Amino acid sequence: MSWLSPEMADIVIQILKSLVIMLAVVVCGALLSWVERRLLGLWQDRYGPNRVGPFGAFQLGADMVKMFFKEDWNPPFVDKLIFTLAPVVAMSALLIAFVVIPVTPTWGVADLNIGLLFFFAMAGLAVYAVLFAGWSSNNKFALIGALRASAQTLSYEVFLGLSLMGIVAQVGSFNMRDIVDYQAQNVWFIIPQILGFATFFIAGVAVTHRHPFDQPEAEQEIADGYHIEYAGMKWGMFFVGEYIGIVMVSALLVTLFFGGWHGPFGLLPEVPFLWFALKTGFFIMLFILLRASLPRPRYDQVMAFGWKVCLPLTLINLLVTGALVLAAQ
Amino acid sequence: MATIHIDGKTYEVDGSDNLLQACLSLGLDVPYFCWHPSLGSVGSCRQCAVTQYNDENDKRGRLVMSCMAPVQDNMWISVEDEEAKKFRASVVEWLMTNHPHDCPVCEEGGHCHLQDMTVMTGHNKRRYRFTKRTHQNQELGPFVAHEMNRCIACYRCVRYYKDYAGGTDLGVYGAHDNVYFGRVEDGVLESEFSGNLTEVCPTGVFTDKTHSERYNRKWDMQFAPSICHGCSTGCNISPGERYGELRRIENRFNGEVNQYFLCDRGRFGYGYVNRTDRPRQVLLDGQALSIDTAFARLSDRLKARRLVGIGSPRASLESNHALKELVGAENFSTGLTQSEQELLELTLDILQNGPLPTSTLRDVEAHDAVFVLGEDLTQTAPRIALAVRQAAKGKATEIAAGMKIQDWHALAVKNVAQNALYPVFIASTQETRLDDVADTLHAAPADLARFGFAVAHFIDNTAPVVTGLSNEVLAQAQSLALSLLAARRPLLVAGSSLGSRAILEAAANIAKALKNREKAASISLVVPEANSLGLALLGGKPLESVLDLSTADALFVLENDLYRRLDAQRVDEALSKVSTLVVLDHQQTETLKKAQFVLPAATFAEADGTLVSQEGRAQRFFQVFDPTFYKPGDQVRESWRWLHGLSSALKGQAIDWTLLDHATEACAAAVPALAGIRDAAPKASFRIKGLKLAREPLRYSGRTAMRAKINVHEPRIPQDQDTAFAFSMEGYSGTQELRQQIPFAWAPGWNSPSAWNKFQDEVGGHLRAGDPGVRLIEPSGADSHWFSVCAAYQPEAGRFISVPVHHIFGSGEMSALTPVMQSRIPAPYAVVSSEDAERLGLKDGAQVQLRSDTQSLTVTLNLSTQLQPGLIGLPVGISAIPVKAGLVIDAIEECVQ
Amino acid sequence: MIRSIIHILHGTYTQLRSLVMVFSHAFRKRDTLQYPEEAVYLPPRYRGRIVLTRDPDGQERCVACNLCAVACPASCISLQKTEAEDGRWYPEFFRINFSRCIFCGMCEEACPTTAIQLTPDFEMADFRRQDLVYEKEDLLISGPGKYPEYNFYRVSGLSITGKPKGAAQNEAAPINVKGLLP
Repeated sequence: MSWLSPEMADIVIQILKSLVIMLAVVVCGALLSWVERRLLGLWQDRYGPNRVGPFGAFQLGADMVKMFFKEDWNPPFVDKLIFTLAPVVAMSALLIAFVVIPVTPTWGVADLNIGLLFFFAMAGLAVYAVLFAGWSSNNKFALIGALRASAQTLSYEVFLGLSLMGIVAQVGSFNMRDIVDYQAQNVWFIIPQILGFATFFIAGVAVTHRHPFDQPEAEQEIADGYHIEYAGMKWGMFFVGEYIGIVMVSALLVTLFFGGWHGPFGLLPEVPFLWFALKTGFFIMLFILLRASLPRPRYDQVMAFGWKVCLPLTLINLLVTGALVLAAQ
Repeated sequence: MATIHIDGKTYEVDGSDNLLQACLSLGLDVPYFCWHPSLGSVGSCRQCAVTQYNDENDKRGRLVMSCMAPVQDNMWISVEDEEAKKFRASVVEWLMTNHPHDCPVCEEGGHCHLQDMTVMTGHNKRRYRFTKRTHQNQELGPFVAHEMNRCIACYRCVRYYKDYAGGTDLGVYGAHDNVYFGRVEDGVLESEFSGNLTEVCPTGVFTDKTHSERYNRKWDMQFAPSICHGCSTGCNISPGERYGELRRIENRFNGEVNQYFLCDRGRFGYGYVNRTDRPRQVLLDGQALSIDTAFARLSDRLKARRLVGIGSPRASLESNHALKELVGAENFSTGLTQSEQELLELTLDILQNGPLPTSTLRDVEAHDAVFVLGEDLTQTAPRIALAVRQAAKGKATEIAAGMKIQDWHALAVKNVAQNALYPVFIASTQETRLDDVADTLHAAPADLARFGFAVAHFIDNTAPVVTGLSNEVLAQAQSLALSLLAARRPLLVAGSSLGSRAILEAAANIAKALKNREKAASISLVVPEANSLGLALLGGKPLESVLDLSTADALFVLENDLYRRLDAQRVDEALSKVSTLVVLDHQQTETLKKAQFVLPAATFAEADGTLVSQEGRAQRFFQVFDPTFYKPGDQVRESWRWLHGLSSALKGQAIDWTLLDHATEACAAAVPALAGIRDAAPKASFRIKGLKLAREPLRYSGRTAMRAKINVHEPRIPQDQDTAFAFSMEGYSGTQELRQQIPFAWAPGWNSPSAWNKFQDEVGGHLRAGDPGVRLIEPSGADSHWFSVCAAYQPEAGRFISVPVHHIFGSGEMSALTPVMQSRIPAPYAVVSSEDAERLGLKDGAQVQLRSDTQSLTVTLNLSTQLQPGLIGLPVGISAIPVKAGLVIDAIEECVQ
Repeated sequence: MIRSIIHILHGTYTQLRSLVMVFSHAFRKRDTLQYPEEAVYLPPRYRGRIVLTRDPDGQERCVACNLCAVACPASCISLQKTEAEDGRWYPEFFRINFSRCIFCGMCEEACPTTAIQLTPDFEMADFRRQDLVYEKEDLLISGPGKYPEYNFYRVSGLSITGKPKGAAQNEAAPINVKGLLP
């Protein structure tokens, strides 16, 4: 056991922690497919999947068995390399972004100084998944879906970044733990950065292509858009990737605006993970509630809303925050 | 032409029409019952009321019955006027007061004129609360069912049956709303045209009994334009199929041929198509084979052999030509005996090279003097007899015209004419069913011919003189010649049914004589079978000349029963020599039973092909249904397809199932006289608005269930590569676009045969797209010699010469196989003159034995006062009786009981 | 400007209101019926499995008039008319291809004799499609179904054994055609 020096032990522990977090996120994402259906059922006065296991909880297992045993089919007309690459990117981009999330004071994969920027970078990468999938499918619906998705993601990413600049200005750091600590010492950013929260939340929904911003996958118009040609596990990776995106954005919202692992008013500091999980769970539920309640707007409305409403709002937010920060100095 | 204003619109119409005809010809829907294009107007049902105005300023107007109102120039009428509409609805309502609650169990339902008119007038609720009058029905024989409760007293049936078709046993009895249309007592309807009652009756009083056992609605049948194979007239028919069975024959309107009417042989004699004993598999020595194996074995057997082919006058031109191609012209026989073929060739010669044009069936009705020489038309070509009857009645129209009465004014025309008739003269061996409108002469065939020669001489004295005729006969001949000369358009009808060459020669002389006297006369020659004339145009050797066969020969027999043509011994002898006898037929004939190879041929209902009728009209018949749809292993194919496939197999090529157009084209290209058959019907590529033509009405039901018992997985419907028709309701079935070939009569709101109105240029006229078929024969007049007079008939003591007696039911080879027809087919009998019977001490109805040098027959003896002594009439085509004419019977002896 | 801001604010409000409204459904009773554990209530006029009924005399009501077949939009009914000794019409075979049937009930509407009726039964799934082809033996029931009184032949003018001409509803005795009375 001579190699097990304290430094080495730290490294091993850190690797194990990272693996646990990754698994937890992936399982969370997968489980969401069942949770979403149950919640939709609840809000639509029905049951949802309730036959497999207690409350239908094993539905996920059934779905996975089905998906694994499906033929891994590549249509003959696709560009095979990129076609295969697309779902990998879709799933991994936002999963990797999770490294910057501080789950509790002691748990977290990486404590990067440029944490927030890393997230932006990964969110930007996620566009490629859609773009690759749409282009390589060699299908007009897929291509239209991909174009919509890229245009939408690019537009919304503009103020996705800008909406957080207020926080960065106030904290003076891109480091997530600094942001969480700042909130614990002062006030949660939901209060001063309410406009930032609103726009970031909207942008977050948009970059994960969730309702009501799911034009890229609009069934009625373009028959599921960019992943129309996908089946089996590849399609499953897109599917899980989307849920991981939800978990990711929810975790980020908690971290940035709701004090991360801190309870409100410093309550129960002994259970930081519980707080974090509770708050993240709430936002995940909100995502699903959005899907249950809101109709899908027209594509031009989505673009107009992004550029003409959200972007000015973030700019106002940034200006006001900047002015206040300056005034405080 | 006249200009009339209907509901504010101005139309040009025929000024000699009545208003109803004019409106219907314009395509306007005016409801009617008692009027019929062929029967004229009587104004009895009051259904066709419209409002007539004095002028454009008149707002009140008055109701007139449009069928009784002549069209006048600058007439103002309204069909849509509220009062007229209300009146018409009331008329239907009162016609319906006694109509039973029957439609679901009525065989007229779905093609019922009364249903159509009730819907058209908008009457939909019964207000009459009192009892309905009822009637007992009558049993009218195997063809027509009777249900008097449904009668609306339009009188169409008796007007058709008595006035048009000359029947005597259907009448109207009783008074007011009790009138009864029927016979004095139950019994078989005597008229040979009784089947038309089912289409003439606007409701379900008279329905097709042959269809009743396996009935289905008109909308559920698959139809195709077809040609009747019952005789040589070439009437157009619409056969209907359901579940792989032929269910009903409906009349198909052809303005040049049969118009609205068929004979009972044509309408009811279709049952042979549905016989269960039909050959349906390729058989080699009684063993069923697949088509490929059969072709392989057959081509092995046929290699290096002389192929001999025997064609048939009941097979299509395409089939006969395919056989001729297979065996070569030098080995092809028409399948007719020497004597039959000589008669047929003479017939063709008279039509092609003689002086007179052949008359179309419709044109027969326009002649004003008819001489029928030697034919019993009602039995040999029934529909022509009906047309001759109309020709005789033409006199009434002429008299009426003299009194300025329009020809459609049926009752007035009838009254003013007082049964006056144009002269019709029938020279025959015995009484005929047309005698009631004709003067007659009954004699032996040779004497009939001599009478004809005498008539020719009286018409034109350069014709050979006949000597030795009695003064009485001479006087008849002279008066007939005078009446033919006095006529505007005389018509001469003759034929080969008596098997007498002299009769045809006499007819040729009369034709030449009429031409010499510059009469606008026509001729119509009846030939024995549906495609006899086509076969004559195609050419081939007589049967006897190819029957000298050796064992090295392979003999093909195409849809021909040799035992009907030659003595059994002669046929047996010939067939015993060939080791390979290939028979293509669709019935279990005696010849087929002898075959080593049986190739199952298609009947007219399963085949496409072309026939040439006795007027020289080439007409195409189309496949009604594909038998493999219900019987997947069925191997029935058109004969021309078998033969062409076989010839490609013999050449060592892959089997090439040629298409109809190729078969027709090959035939037309090979025989210049048949070049016209290309145009007999549209080719397979014909489309209307890019659509094929539908064989099924739009409402065709049960498509996803009718085959579900065989397999719930539905196969694609059969694809018809050969014709422009689809085995489906998908396709054009409307009336707007021009088309000649109409599988079934239907137009929106018109489900009954009255829907033909919508396809005609004017009601009862011609099809707007032109009547189907193309005439191949125009006389050249090149033949200019006189035939010399034949010898007179000399009875031989103690011997009897047979004369054929034709029967509408029984003489047709195929129709006689129809089960429902059996009760109408006479039992084997022989007819002799009363004098002979008296001499021999035989009584009417006695069982007698006839003996000739080769055979003996046991038959019932009938007596005739008209038949010449020394002749014995034997029915044609009745089982056990040889068909051959001129058979000599040596003795008649009464059978000992 | 102000107008559009108000418009956006109002829009935001309605969206949030939708969220709340939909969320409130979490506390409502579920509409789903736990079939097959809970039985389904089917009203008497429910359009389910098709049957052929008999008239009060116990005779087949179907007279093979073909109206159901022609009314069927899926063309899944086929039958063949034939006639019994007593003059009644009846179907020689009567086939419904339930793998095609859409249970629209138009056959029942078209039926002039109330023979064909749809029943409150939908549990007819099968493993083989061929078994969904029902013949007359499978369709014919022994009772009169929804219309216990109706008997077509008591109304119809067609005479059958036991009901001669003139014996149907509202019918007078047959006319004596040879009678001399006016």
